[in-house]
Amino acid sequence: MTRWVLRAVMALGLFFIYVPLLLVLVNSFNGDRTFGWPPHDFTTQWWSAAWRNGGARDALWTSVKAGLGATAIALVLGTMVAFAVQRFQFFGRDTVSLLVVLPIALPGIVTGIALDSAWRSVIAPLGIGKGLFSVIVGHATFCVVTVYNNVLARLRRSGVNLEEASADLGASPFQTFRYITFPMLRSALLAGGLLAFALSFDEIIVTTFTAGPGIQTLPIWIFNNLFRPNQAPVVNVVAAVLIVLSVLPVWLAQRLAGPEAGASRT
Amino acid sequence: MDDDQGIGRRRWQLAALLSAPLLWLGVAYLGALAVLFLSAFWTVNGFTGEVVREFSLQNFRTIVTEEVYRNVTLRSLGVAVAVTLICVALALPMAYYMAKVASPRARHWLVIAILTPLWASYLVKAYAWRVLLANDGPLDSVVGTPGYGLIAVIIVLTYLWLPYMILPIYAGLERLPDSLLEASADLGGRAGQTFRGVVLPILVPSIFAGSIFTFSLSLGDYITVQIVGGKTQMIGNLVYANVGAANNLPFAAAIATIPVIIMVVYLTAVRRSGALEEL
Repeated sequence: MTRWVLRAVMALGLFFIYVPLLLVLVNSFNGDRTFGWPPHDFTTQWWSAAWRNGGARDALWTSVKAGLGATAIALVLGTMVAFAVQRFQFFGRDTVSLLVVLPIALPGIVTGIALDSAWRSVIAPLGIGKGLFSVIVGHATFCVVTVYNNVLARLRRSGVNLEEASADLGASPFQTFRYITFPMLRSALLAGGLLAFALSFDEIIVTTFTAGPGIQTLPIWIFNNLFRPNQAPVVNVVAAVLIVLSVLPVWLAQRLAGPEAGASRT
Repeated sequence: MDDDQGIGRRRWQLAALLSAPLLWLGVAYLGALAVLFLSAFWTVNGFTGEVVREFSLQNFRTIVTEEVYRNVTLRSLGVAVAVTLICVALALPMAYYMAKVASPRARHWLVIAILTPLWASYLVKAYAWRVLLANDGPLDSVVGTPGYGLIAVIIVLTYLWLPYMILPIYAGLERLPDSLLEASADLGGRAGQTFRGVVLPILVPSIFAGSIFTFSLSLGDYITVQIVGGKTQMIGNLVYANVGAANNLPFAAAIATIPVIIMVVYLTAVRRSGALEEL
């Protein structure tokens, strides 16, 4: 009895999760410009219109660049903090881990306006205006936590025995890192990096406040075009593409690191 | 002597590891936040639009005395609480089914089914609901739509953050040994009793961990509110309006302290349960 209730709730939950996404996919072929429902004719013209849309393509490219930059910084900083917290005892260790979580725990708009006013009063006078770089800086700030969490969990689980054995056998610190530590961390770095990229790729609020003039990431492009009725079909196709693409990281994580890898988003 | 050198070297290693992250997060980020909250005590000259850097409680006085701000704060809190409770109510049975009822094979696919939408864009999901909830839209033609407004905001935020609640609860349930459930059943506990007496207490940290996401992400949101909220305003919208159109950064900073204070209180309260370890 309980079993059937649970099964029904699960089914309803999945229905609730997937129906809106399926709707976007169906509507991308809806012949009606205003998505009249139910759809009457099938068309692929929106897909070709989206393909030719220069604004969307530029925005996609900007998003990829911002995501790669932020991920690279997050990988370096996150790994460093994870090593410090897991392998050393020091005063204020708990505070450091709280500090890493803070940028994602605070509302995005707080981080956004804090970084914006700091940039305007400290960095802009140095002659570095807001642009793609400031977006990368903003994104990296809240992406550190994903790499940190993944690397920390891996370090906690794997211990130091192998590294000590390697040192005892005469390996230099560099060799130990190259042949023991790095391979041990590889899948954790991959999972953390993937999450960092996804977080950056999807971010809109911090981006709104840190982007320089003319810098448009894909979420900003979508948001700017969302309320324009004549752009609706193209926005819908871009949305459909993003839904289809979201299968990719899950598949990648499954292939490369086993089912748990994708299981912790932050 | 040798030990001293070892300790000295480790200290250098630690300094090298921490210097860059602390400069970034500790100095730059915390510094920016500190200046922002300091500026909450500044004012803007209504005539020239210039920021007056003199200590004043004017902004906070306005927020406390004017009814608009109290209403918006209460509304935002109400939305965050409602979204969190609905997420818990949906996530508990779903996670329980995934962890304890489904076969291992089905479990694997269910985890993937819950995970995949997490990677779909936030905006795309909010947009999907905008289409779904539209007048004469798909929902309207089947059961009717609440239209754009407060209800729509609660539905869409619940939709957006539900997986963030399911996953920690699922992880907590997976660690819960079946033998505990069997022991409770052997001792005569009915399903409901076992759930209340055994499962729920163990899940408290996981639920709190999930609630950190559902609560804080709902509290600060203003994009979803713009997309499906109609005329609804939440704290984030007021902050946004004051940074942009009104160009009053000090006042925006003062409003922004509200969710931050709420979140800090919430995090400190929740930290005791060990929820932060579950993130």
